[in-house]
Amino acid sequence: MSAAGRTGAGWWLLILPAFLLLVVFYVAPIAQVLTISVTEPELGLGNYERLFTSSAVQRVIETTLRICLITTVLALLLGYGIAYAITLARPRAQGWWILAVLVPLWISVLVRAFAWVTLLRRQGLVNNALLGAGVIDEPLPLVWNEFGIIVGMVHYMVPFAVLPMLASMREIDPRLLAAARGLGASRGEVFRRVFLPLSLPGVIAAGVLVFIFSLGFYITPAILGGGKTLMVAEWISLQILDLIRWGLGTMMATMLIAAILVTLLVFSRIVDLRRIFGAGA
Amino acid sequence: MDGIYSPGAASRSLAWATAFYLVLPILIVVPVALTDQRYLSLPQDGISFRHFATVLSSPEWLGSIWQSFTIAVAATILSVTAGTLCAIGCWRISRRTTELVRVLMLLPLIIPSIVYAIGLYRYFGPLGLLDRFLGVVIAHGVTGIPYVVITVSTALAAFDPRLEQAARGMGASLSQTLRWVILPRIAPGIFSGAIFAFIHSWDELVMVLFIASRDVFTLPRRIWDGINENLDPAMAAVAVLLILFTLLLLLADRALRRRNEG
Repeated sequence: MSAAGRTGAGWWLLILPAFLLLVVFYVAPIAQVLTISVTEPELGLGNYERLFTSSAVQRVIETTLRICLITTVLALLLGYGIAYAITLARPRAQGWWILAVLVPLWISVLVRAFAWVTLLRRQGLVNNALLGAGVIDEPLPLVWNEFGIIVGMVHYMVPFAVLPMLASMREIDPRLLAAARGLGASRGEVFRRVFLPLSLPGVIAAGVLVFIFSLGFYITPAILGGGKTLMVAEWISLQILDLIRWGLGTMMATMLIAAILVTLLVFSRIVDLRRIFGAGA
Repeated sequence: MDGIYSPGAASRSLAWATAFYLVLPILIVVPVALTDQRYLSLPQDGISFRHFATVLSSPEWLGSIWQSFTIAVAATILSVTAGTLCAIGCWRISRRTTELVRVLMLLPLIIPSIVYAIGLYRYFGPLGLLDRFLGVVIAHGVTGIPYVVITVSTALAAFDPRLEQAARGMGASLSQTLRWVILPRIAPGIFSGAIFAFIHSWDELVMVLFIASRDVFTLPRRIWDGINENLDPAMAAVAVLLILFTLLLLLADRALRRRNEG
């Protein structure tokens, strides 16, 4: 385009403010984190050595990966059910289903964690109801442990799982399903052999999204874990704020970024990443 | 899909169970906020609004609400201005470099805020931006840019580039083209981006935990302290007020989009 050539400079100027803001106030602080991880307390890879020698570090990573995998699987399962129902619902009902997904998405994560504490703690509503009904004699330990973290995290992640799956299910031609039924396939076969394979790209995209969001999740695990079950984000905050061990904290932060980028890189061959984040539509 | 093919009983019940799981726990804070007791519980002898009164007459809560609100407004202005201009520039130039710029703009969505927060904690120290209004506005404003870039890019995708070329061809300057041709067309996208950027700042806790301490004490920070220190029904009242506020913003977004489509 010759017009672009002539007027290019002006349009580039439009990009400049955002670009500068991001470089000076986003990329620079994060680059500093990466630098500190190899310069404090002394120059070298000493902090990274801990990955292999410190059992505390290994335990945190293990806990994080375990919780993230469980969360991802559960969020995908529940999200798939709801996305499937939305896809097959009549337009009127679709609006309500989507509302049930979007409203939790935009309600403060603190409010949601608080609601779960209210429900699940020792004298919480769930335990009181079960005790009152005589189902249990002792309050169940529902929160301030791994169970509580997973309940809260899955609750947070389901909407993020639904959106990419819904987008990919909506591209499936409903006549294919009707045709398969007409040709004698049972309901289960239609789902297994037609719908499921066609919706798989959305499932993978949703899985990547939920997994990388879960890896660095701070607020919900911190509140519902009660300081006993530590995930990576809370561990980092502990190193920096309470123990003032910048080297270790930034090392783990660097590993966190690396884990997320590697996950994205691996899956970028399978799914269109821009689609996950809804950009450049 | 207009019900050409309807789901089976198993998937239907899974979907209903999930919907309940998503919505009911959030709704539970409403009866708890209306309790007549002094502790977190369901109402026993009747409902009471005294916990709302406690919150709305507390200078601490009101101060934090006001601080969060002003920070969110300032951060939204920053995100919307930078994000909108950037999205327009990328859309118009549309080369490989601008693809990279767009990826750069998405970074704040991908990198966990805990990493950014500890980075800022160190970075803001020498700049004198710790525990300052301006520091939090910059942090929230910069991380709000992706939401605006996404919504505005989506709006631009539906915009006919020939309109812009025609305007330029007839002698309009860049700023005239922006003001009279492009911006009016993508206003709904900008507005959506503004709402998302606002909610992002209004709810943000992780960065605030690191870069603010005493002078800047936002609403999420106060809720966080409340959950960790004293769980009382006033917290539930705050939660209900927050839910109502979020719903209001989302309804505004929906109404505006509908008006523009219809």
